This record gives sequence, C-alpha cells and structure tokens, in this order.
Amino acid sequence: MNSIRSPHVNESPKVPTGITGFDEITRGGLPRGRTTLLVGGPGSGKTLFALQFLMHGARDCKEPGIFVAFEENSRRIIANTNGFNWKLEELVQQKILYFMDAQPTPDLVQSGSFDLNGMLAALSAQAKSMKAQRIVFDALDIVLALLPDAASKRREVYRLHEWLLANELTGLITAKSGEAKDCVLEQQPFGFMQFMVDCSVKLNHRMSLGVSQRNLRVQKFRGSAFDENESPFIIGKDGFDVALARSMGRQDPKVSRERVSSGVSRLDTMLGGGYYRGASVLLTGLPGTAKTTLAGAFAEAACKRGERTMFVSFDSDGSEVMRNLDSVSIHLKQYAKSGLLRILSARTITGSAETLLVHIRTLSQAHKARCLVIDPVSTLSRAGNELTAHDVAERLIDWSKSNGITLLCTSQINELSDGPEGSRTPLQISTIADTWIHLNYLIQAGERNRGLSIVKSRGTEHSNQVRELILSNEGVTLTDIYTAGGEVLMGTLRWEKESAERVANEVAEIAGQLKRVTLDAEEAVLEVRVKSLQTELLAKQTEQSLLERVTESNRGELSRGHTRMRELRSGDAPRPVRKSGTKKKTS
Amino acid sequence: MSRLTKYKFRLYIAGHAPNSAQAQANLTALCEIYLQGRHEIEIVDVFKTPMLALQNNILLTPTLLKLSPPPVCRIVGTLSQRQTVLESLGL
Repeated sequence: MNSIRSPHVNESPKVPTGITGFDEITRGGLPRGRTTLLVGGPGSGKTLFALQFLMHGARDCKEPGIFVAFEENSRRIIANTNGFNWKLEELVQQKILYFMDAQPTPDLVQSGSFDLNGMLAALSAQAKSMKAQRIVFDALDIVLALLPDAASKRREVYRLHEWLLANELTGLITAKSGEAKDCVLEQQPFGFMQFMVDCSVKLNHRMSLGVSQRNLRVQKFRGSAFDENESPFIIGKDGFDVALARSMGRQDPKVSRERVSSGVSRLDTMLGGGYYRGASVLLTGLPGTAKTTLAGAFAEAACKRGERTMFVSFDSDGSEVMRNLDSVSIHLKQYAKSGLLRILSARTITGSAETLLVHIRTLSQAHKARCLVIDPVSTLSRAGNELTAHDVAERLIDWSKSNGITLLCTSQINELSDGPEGSRTPLQISTIADTWIHLNYLIQAGERNRGLSIVKSRGTEHSNQVRELILSNEGVTLTDIYTAGGEVLMGTLRWEKESAERVANEVAEIAGQLKRVTLDAEEAVLEVRVKSLQTELLAKQTEQSLLERVTESNRGELSRGHTRMRELRSGDAPRPVRKSGTKKKTS
Repeated sequence: MSRLTKYKFRLYIAGHAPNSAQAQANLTALCEIYLQGRHEIEIVDVFKTPMLALQNNILLTPTLLKLSPPPVCRIVGTLSQRQTVLESLGL
C-alpha cells in the first residue's frame, strides 16, 4: 500500500489505487465509499485504470472487488491483461475479484422502459457474499444508451449512485468521451454525472506532431487537495504509470559524500575526487567532442567497481557503442556479457519524452542500476516533445536522485545556438545538474582540438583550468594546456611549444656541461702548474742544501790543507786538529 | 404456431418498481388476448432471489424470459410496445 507522503489534515479517507503517481496526485487515491467518474476517449486506458484499481485492492489491500463489464466480455478483459503481471485469474479463483458480464446481448429485445434494479440487486448479494469494497462499472454509457430518454438515463444514474452510497462501496464508473460534440459525455446524463460524483478523472490520448501523448487530469475531488495539472502517463509493463512532478514537502533523499570515479583519473583530480554518488552530471558539447567516450569511461569505471550500470544510447546500437569505445581502450564487452552492464539502444524508440522516461525508469529498476548513462539526453526534446521534454528531464534527475542513482547525461549543443558557453543547454537542465562539464573544440592553427572544462560542480572543489582531452588507443587522458600570451595552446601548438621548451632545455644542459668541462680543464692546468712549481721548489731547496754542503766541505778541505802544509814544512810540532782552528785564528 | 402449444414465461421484476408493475400488467393483458389458457407465468423478484437473477444474467428489470416453446427469448422493458413484443415471441 502506498503511503501518503505529505501530511494533510482533515481529508476524507482514501482508497489507494496502486497506480504509480496517481495516489500522489490525489494525496492517497480515490475517495473511500464515494463514486469516481473516469472519462476518456477510445483507447485512453479507462478499463486498465479500473482493473488496476481493483487488482491492487484485492491483491494488496484485502479489499475484494467487483468488475461489471458492460462493453467487453470478462474473459477477453482478463486475457488482455496477460501482458501485465497481475494474475487476475488467480484473484478470481480466490474469490476476491468477481467479474460480472453485463453486456447487452445482441438478440436483446427491448420494449419500453427498464431499470438497473436487477443488476443492483444481484450485485448487492454478490458484494455481501464476498465482502467487496470496490466496484467498477466499466463503460456505463453502453447500458445508458439503451434507455429511451434523458429522464430515465438520469434516473438510472441516480439509482446507481444511491446504491453505491448505500452499500458503502468505493465506486469507479468509466464512460467514453470523445473530441466530437455528440459524444456521450456532453449529453445530459453524463454532464450532470460530473456534478454528482465526488471525484472525476479525465484521461486523454492525443497526438502531438505524430507523437502519442497520454495525459491524466483530476477534474474534481471533493474534500481533498489534488494536483490540478495534466500529468502525462504511460501504460507500461506493470500497468499505469503516471508521471508526477515532485510534490512539495516530500522528504529529501539521503545525500552521499561518497565519490565515484569519472573513469578518467585526471578528471577525478580536477573534480577533487570524482563525482558525488547520486549526483547528476551533465556533459555538454558539440558533436564529436567525445561526450560518449567520457560517458563510456564513466560506465567502465562503474563496472570495474562492480556496480550495476545501464547505458542508454539514443545514437547508436549497443554493439556499435562497445566497438567505438574499444578503440579508445574502454572495454565494455566483458561487462555487457556478464550482465553487469546493460546497454539499451533506444535509437528507434519513438514516443513521447514521457514514454522514454518511463521506459528508462522501468528498465533501470529492473536492472537495479546504480549508475545510469543517458547519451544524449537532448533526444528527449525531439520533435513533438519540446513542451514536455524539460519536465521530463527534470523528473529524470529527480527520480535518479531520490533513488541514489548516479546519473550521467550527455547533451548536444547546437553549433548554431547562442554559443557553446552560453547558459542555454537544450533542455535547460544545466541549472539542476550538479556537475556540468563542457567539452569544446578549439580551432587553432588549422586544427581542432578538444578542450574540457568544468563549468560547475556543486559541493566539490574543482579546477578552473581548461584541459586538453586526448583520445588515443591507450585511453582517455587529459593534458595540461599551455597558455602563452593569454592564448590557450593545444594540439600541435602545444606540442611545438613543448618541444621548443625541450630543445631549449637540452641546449642549456649542454652549455652547462661544456662549461663544466672547461672549468675542469682549467683546474687541471692549474693543478699541473702547482705540481711543477712544487717540484721546482724542491729542486731549488735541494740545490741550496747541496750548495751549503759543498761550501762546508770546501772550508774543511781548506783548513785540512793548511795543517797538512804545516806538517809538511815540519816547522812546528804536530798539534791536535781541534786546536788548529784556534791557532789559525790567532795566527 | 399450433393452437395447442403451451407458453411458459418467467418475468423478473424488481419489487414494486413502477416499470416492473407495468410489465406485469402488460404481460397479463397480452396473454389474456393471445394465449388464453395456454400460458404459465412465473414472477421472480430480484430483490428476493438476487443470486438467481445473477445466475441467469438478469441485469435489467423488468425482463421477460420465454422459456418454451424454444428458442428462449428475452425482452427487456415494460412490454408497452405490443407489436415488438408479439414479433419477438413469435405470435
């Protein structure tokens, strides 16, 4: 049972319908014990709405129900719902759902006026025996058409209404309406029925530029607040699915501080660690600026962490996406094979933006996706959808946030629109996206180079620099770009600048080496000179000492010569040599 | 139709609803004129035996069922348009 999300005081009790979105619009469902009129054109989903209301009651709320089929045979009605997982046969067997075939037989002969007493009496008995609380009269207009005049039609509608009130059943009456003026609704009995019932819901199905748009609108609801706008709905896998703008006062989803990688490590650094989990990321850029590649990198990173991921591609088939990403070393094939990644090719899916949203939502719920990539989200605003696309994109972000799904949307920016850096993104969702990364071309010196910049990233530090995005068969990398003279250099210019710098560095280094060698040489020369001088000094010292020794010995020789002469002359007695000096002095 | 054929009717009525009473009166009058002594009328009040009405798929009252001679035919309403009724009953 869906709970009422926002508190409302003193509101009439409600019966939940189990229809996604509708219970929120009506703040709880249909009025309990009252009558609701559901009108719509052919194929607008009246019977389905009614059946889902009964099915939900019987299966989930312990409120048995009765379906009175005026138009279609009950067997066919049950067969028609086989596509949904409702198992109506089981409910019938459990006697919590009862189908009454009330189609007027073709051979029915009518003569004069009649009333619905028979049916109501039978229904009272049936309702009592199965303790029914919900009842549907499907296509009441069929039986009313049999009544001869407006007065008796009115009388029978009154009778029905009184009967419903008396039996305290929550009634749902469906009736046709059409665009044409002569439709039953505008005729008397239904006209006044609108005033009689407590709640009135209108379904319509119209084409807008060839795209089918289904809408639901609550026209009145006595004693209750309700969302008065038209809400788009689709008939999905589980039945009705009414799109719903987030209602005020709804509880905020839990926010996470956890970061998830963008798949490009330098981009993570630029973002101060990656995207926030549960954030919505918008990648904008001109065609060919590698939006899909970045989206693919994000998907791969998610799969590497083992998170279930869904990749919705509106541009190409899943196999094409994988092949193309393979060329930049983003390998998704293995994850697609293991079932971790689901690539949904939605190129051929046509339909309203609402239909696309519900498709995406149902499929990603079925896949239990934690990360979701939509490439590109601008597809939502294809022909016929301009009006609703913005709402849908907003709801997409809102839905993914409330489910904690990290959403990455790419969005194409038209070259002709007011500038790539203009504040307009096609769906104007840039304001509600948490992180907005813009990819751009810089055309310079005959080249296109990809530039990446972070326009905004709520709650995270982020680099203000434009980086060059380089795709190679080794993967995606971001490179610093050169700013020279106020100009951003990328591609070849950056390469030139880099190589020029490299050459300059080399030259400087070589010059340094040369200088060092020269100095070494000079040092060597000086050392040699020091050595030769030292040797010379030594030589001089040796020479000096030699000279001294020679002088000494000469002097000795001389004195010895004198003594010898004296001895030879033998004039004096020989004297000790030592005294000779003294003698010599005296002599 | 043979003069000896016996007609069996069952008329479903809803209590004292005016059109039910009217149908009952019309049927009786018609039988008096066209089927003197060759008819049998069973009156079933759906308020008293609703499940029977449900089983026979009687949803609109009054409803006249001609049970015999075959084929079974069913006429809804007050039976006020005598010509239509007679044609349907094969009279």
